[in-house]
Amino acid sequence: MEIYLPIADLPVNVFLILGMGLAVGFISGMFGVGGGFLMTPLLIFIGISPAVSVATVTSHMAASSFSGALSYWRRRAIDFSLALVLLVGGVGGTVLGVWLFALLRRIGQLDITIGLSYVVLLCAVGALMVWESVHAILRKRAGHVAPLRRPGSHNWIHGLPLKLRFKQSRLYISAIPVFAIGVFIGFIGAILGVGGGFLLVPMLIYLLRVPTSVVIGTSMVLTLMTMAAATVLHAATNHLVDIVLALLLMVGGVVGAQFGARAGQKLAAERLRLLLGLLVVAVGLRFAFDLVWTPTELYSIRAMEDGP
Amino acid sequence: MTRTLVLVAALMAMLTATPASAERIVSSLTTHQVFVTSNFVGLDLVLFGSVERDPADPPRNGPYDLVVTVTGPKESLVTRRKQRVLGVWVNVESRDFIGVPSYLAVMSTRPFDAFAGQDLRRGLQLGLERTVLTQRIGADFADVVRDDPFRKAFLRLKEQRKLYVENTSGVTFLTPTLFRTTLPLPATVPIGTYDVDLKLFADGKLVGRSSSAFEVAKVGFEQFVVTSAQSHGIWYGLATLSFALLTGWGASIVFRRD
Repeated sequence: MEIYLPIADLPVNVFLILGMGLAVGFISGMFGVGGGFLMTPLLIFIGISPAVSVATVTSHMAASSFSGALSYWRRRAIDFSLALVLLVGGVGGTVLGVWLFALLRRIGQLDITIGLSYVVLLCAVGALMVWESVHAILRKRAGHVAPLRRPGSHNWIHGLPLKLRFKQSRLYISAIPVFAIGVFIGFIGAILGVGGGFLLVPMLIYLLRVPTSVVIGTSMVLTLMTMAAATVLHAATNHLVDIVLALLLMVGGVVGAQFGARAGQKLAAERLRLLLGLLVVAVGLRFAFDLVWTPTELYSIRAMEDGP
Repeated sequence: MTRTLVLVAALMAMLTATPASAERIVSSLTTHQVFVTSNFVGLDLVLFGSVERDPADPPRNGPYDLVVTVTGPKESLVTRRKQRVLGVWVNVESRDFIGVPSYLAVMSTRPFDAFAGQDLRRGLQLGLERTVLTQRIGADFADVVRDDPFRKAFLRLKEQRKLYVENTSGVTFLTPTLFRTTLPLPATVPIGTYDVDLKLFADGKLVGRSSSAFEVAKVGFEQFVVTSAQSHGIWYGLATLSFALLTGWGASIVFRRD
């Protein structure tokens, strides 16, 4: 069944879009990532222009993260004060990122920066996660009970001033590293057009030692807030949000996110981290392949646009 | 380059002035308004018509040949070329194509060189190969040689997307004077006015010309969405967001188990 998308200006298969929403929603519910780094390339692959894809995916991420966040909220697996500090940092980072985005665009090096950043970030983060989680699984199998958070084993991060108590995460740490992570996520998100969940989740787990169960819900709250703002901003400035495409993606996405969240709760934390790590590495390698492999078509045409 | 363009324009004006004892072309399209609705997947427009000739004039030696050119609304595109830099493929060079047709279909009875000489083919821009595609080169606006790699890539990509079509057997004469052709409009066809230009050839000369137009428009819901997105961006964004929150909330209610 084909339906014509009024803003993207092309017809698409309804079931294909619903299926894509479902699949990415499942992943986003399971790992607490927005899924932008998966959905945007998928939409571009089926022929929707990159600008419309990026703008529309924001609303899909808002829907599936809201749906996921609600179920984590019922399980009391969200740390709102942590999310708030991260958000404040995120706003600052976004401003910084938008500024660099404009600068790189002006000197004509934006495409390559985005491509290389994706490869480096995804491969590095994914590989670290795989390595760590495989170790954790092996340790567990060998019979050692080695919790990720060892009481008393504080690193330098815990020595910083401005300490805050994050009750839900059972943490008493300085607001500075939390704020810095927020800045970094906002900065990367603005440049790469992603929510940054795939970076936030490992950073909270490994750097701040937030329990995995709380990390996912908290990351979803942050994704929800940034993507809600991004949807309205994209619609107001670029007029490229396709509401028909958005609705199709949302319906698939929220249903998928529900099943994903349930599956995520059932899996052991280190297995969940291993799966997310493998997924992130796979997407990173896919980007690397595109950069290195000789393309069949060297030329591309795109509408001339002077705006961002 | 500018001088060539002026020359081409002068030549065109000369050639397009139809001779006095010319044939008259009467034609019609199946529809003059194509509506893009939610189930639009592209459309084949049929153009048919006949050639009328004063019976007092001496008869033509050979058969008629017809070229139908459909030009969609103009657009500006940038064509980029990838190059390997330090092992990775990067867009290095690019060319801007200014005010080129977003859609272009050229249909004819026979290959162009079978009925029109070289000057005529160039002057009337017969076929995709000879269509002027203006590029911005530095401060200049001009077309480039036909085998320019960027120009060729542009045509190739447009043809792949079925937005540029050339068919040198696309026009059929059902009788010596009655003709018919099909114009394939893909689903991605841009919105706007399309000019249809018919050129009739006989004895190696242009003997008649006529033009018409049709419109591709969005109607109803599609038009409403586009207008809202364009002129009420913030409200449109807020509406999309509230849909997102509603579906998200709805799913968590429906799937609630605890």
